[in-house]
Amino acid sequence: MNTLGMLQNTKRFITPIASVLLAFLASAAVIALTGRDPLMIFSKMGMAVFGSQYGLGQVVFRLGTLTLVGLAVAIPYRVRLFNIGGEGQLQMGAFAAAMAGAFLPGFLPWPAASLICILAGMTAGASWALLAGALKIRFGVNEVISTIMLNFIAQGFTGYLLTYHFAVPSTVHTPPVSEGSVIPSLASLTGLFTSSPANASIILSLGAAIFFHLLIFHSRYGFEMRAAGLQAEASDYGGIDTSRHILAAMAAGGAAAGLGAANIVLGYKQYYEAGMTDGAGFAGIAVALLAGAHPLWVIASALFFATLEYGGLSVNAYVPKDIFMIIQALTIFLVIGFNAAKKR
Amino acid sequence: MGIAVQLKGLTKRFGTVTANKDVDLSIEEKSIHAIVGENGAGKSTLSKIIYGMYLPTSGEIAIHGMKVRFGSPKDAIDAGIGMVHQHFMLVPELTVTENIILGNEHAWLLGRIPLKKLEGTILDEAGKSGFSIDPAAPAGLLSVGEEQRVELLKLLCHDASILILDEPTAVLTPSETDRLFEILRSLKEKGKTIILITHKLDEVLAIADTVSVMRKGEIVGTMPTASITKPELATMMVGRNVLLRTENPPSLPGRTVLEVNNLNFRTAEGKSMLQKLTFSIRAGEIYGIAGVEGNGQSELLQALWGLVPQGSTVSGDIGLNGTSIIGRKPREIAAMGASHIPENRHRHAVILDYPVADNLIFGRHREEAFSKGFGFSRKSIGENTKKLVADFDIRCDNPSRQTLGSLSGGNQQKVVLARELSRPGISFIILAQPTRGVDIGAIETIHRKIIEARRNGIAILLISSELEEIIALSTRIGCIYNGTIRHEFTLEETAAKRMDEDRFRREIGLHIT
Repeated sequence: MNTLGMLQNTKRFITPIASVLLAFLASAAVIALTGRDPLMIFSKMGMAVFGSQYGLGQVVFRLGTLTLVGLAVAIPYRVRLFNIGGEGQLQMGAFAAAMAGAFLPGFLPWPAASLICILAGMTAGASWALLAGALKIRFGVNEVISTIMLNFIAQGFTGYLLTYHFAVPSTVHTPPVSEGSVIPSLASLTGLFTSSPANASIILSLGAAIFFHLLIFHSRYGFEMRAAGLQAEASDYGGIDTSRHILAAMAAGGAAAGLGAANIVLGYKQYYEAGMTDGAGFAGIAVALLAGAHPLWVIASALFFATLEYGGLSVNAYVPKDIFMIIQALTIFLVIGFNAAKKR
Repeated sequence: MGIAVQLKGLTKRFGTVTANKDVDLSIEEKSIHAIVGENGAGKSTLSKIIYGMYLPTSGEIAIHGMKVRFGSPKDAIDAGIGMVHQHFMLVPELTVTENIILGNEHAWLLGRIPLKKLEGTILDEAGKSGFSIDPAAPAGLLSVGEEQRVELLKLLCHDASILILDEPTAVLTPSETDRLFEILRSLKEKGKTIILITHKLDEVLAIADTVSVMRKGEIVGTMPTASITKPELATMMVGRNVLLRTENPPSLPGRTVLEVNNLNFRTAEGKSMLQKLTFSIRAGEIYGIAGVEGNGQSELLQALWGLVPQGSTVSGDIGLNGTSIIGRKPREIAAMGASHIPENRHRHAVILDYPVADNLIFGRHREEAFSKGFGFSRKSIGENTKKLVADFDIRCDNPSRQTLGSLSGGNQQKVVLARELSRPGISFIILAQPTRGVDIGAIETIHRKIIEARRNGIAILLISSELEEIIALSTRIGCIYNGTIRHEFTLEETAAKRMDEDRFRREIGLHIT
């Protein structure tokens, strides 16, 4: 019955698309209430984003991070875990990558140094997430609570290390990473996206999404992992080690968040700075939910939020960017609401 | 005599699915009216419409000649209709009396409930209908049969005149079933109208006055039970001729495959669930375990499949083909040539959201034959699917896309059976309630396949609460009671006694209660 399959496929799109459209309508109403013409605002946003190489580059840069933090939520979601800890995992990853880059011997060439820093970031993110996974399977601690708490700890921990040990005097950032650790900007590689923070790590972000798509939907490992998430007890009977899958999914999610360091530290700032993650980890929750926790759709969803984020920033002079946070949150509410309504 | 419930042209649609189509039905006052049909025939929907849980899409309902439109069960209750659900809804911490008055306390918010007085009323009411119950006992300590009587009593105390019972005997032992029937007869004498939803034809013929048969949402016939036989009813239900009894040719058991020796099982709370349980199964033999639920069957299954909960202790020995399996994991036990079809297949045997084809390899997905690189070989999975779907007569449109959850219970079970029986090198299989929730048409196929597996030399452990099934399939029968095999019927006894099923059932009944 192919029609059935197609019907399900179209249905899958309706929810996110309807949510996005409705959220836009609602925000147009809010913008109108603030006394501005919504069409003018939207067209200004469009110009800012799509009208210049710089604007596009800003979106690409945000797309990279948002894809990864979206994956950080989407992958554990497949085994029924709600990872709220993307922010903490990204912070730990960013800090670890910056530290590795700063303390690596300067003569280590590219890409070896870069790879080491990336691995350091991924390992830090994965370990941070793994803590929550271990607490879950060993003591049954709810991962929502533990990851939120781990966010606070990560914030405090990196803040302490930065302020008291590693910050360059009278600044709030670490020393710069070695030359060999830097990921080149897209501008220097292609001549496009001039002077924007977009860098080559976007390939890693998109690659990660594709990799996890193949892993989850086209490998034997993913077959087991999805089964463990859908019906844990049945998986036990079928000889699948569900605890192992919980740990692995958390670690993979944390590693994805930690990979975000490649974008924001190695590809852009070249050091760790207090507050540099700017809540991106939390935006990952929205990205994953809108994408239905599907790795490839995470890219599309991240693109939407990246556009909204930079677009909102660009019209800050007319409309406070808080309005666009409302759109983000509204979209997620609508997705959740539509999904709940579909189940009834 | 008047008409208690009159349905005219009743239709109920859920989206595009028509659950009830143009149903006309008259249920006479002071009668027992059975509604039979396979799973999914629409009998539950029909009963829920009468009880006000669903609004009909179109059509009319009249209760005692008065046209009604129920917006909720509350309206139905006010009209004197009561329903005993298949799953009882008692609060275990409360006493029988408290459960009965729940939601109808006869007291102000902060006032004292006159419990003693109410207990008296309840005793009276129970006495009138001819059953005994301790109104002060906590509901959690009641047996299943007692729980059901409390549910009935609840309806009587609310003055229900029309009682709907949904599969009331599903959880009862033969003797409890007899008691329930006595109660139902005496309630009928008292002027109550009883609507019995069931799929057990023997019971319909034993107790109902009138029977309506449903098929695919429609009533295909209503007649007095005196004028119809069981095979005729079955044929009406399924829409074609069905064998009610699978052929069971004599078996020639071979070497011993499974040996359970002095098995003890103690739960984390210190409760002893199995005591020196001993039996063995040979190749080409079906060993049936008859017993009331809760006498150690679940624990035996846990021990056999390496899923003993944390804190429980197991002693004694289980040997499979000469090797002990105590302390092994499900995966290791499966690798030794064993398989298991769990009682609750929805929870334990399948992934409902996976397509049929994926479910046909679930648990066997590590087999060399199905893999290719990091993923699966679509080709070998396709061949596997095609073969099993044909062999086991699995009814589905597109096995590689359709989810398992969209199949009927019978076809889901065929998927599980097909997958497990076709395991390479299988020598032993556990079947727990293999036909629970399965329609008659599918039962036939499933039973035939089980016998076929036996003839191919597989040792089979059959655990079922349906004595009919145990009798029909088993080579030998062990009666389990309180965690031990209390009596065992030998191969010759089983074969001989099978001829007189009714008597055999009663005899087994004595050993399990």
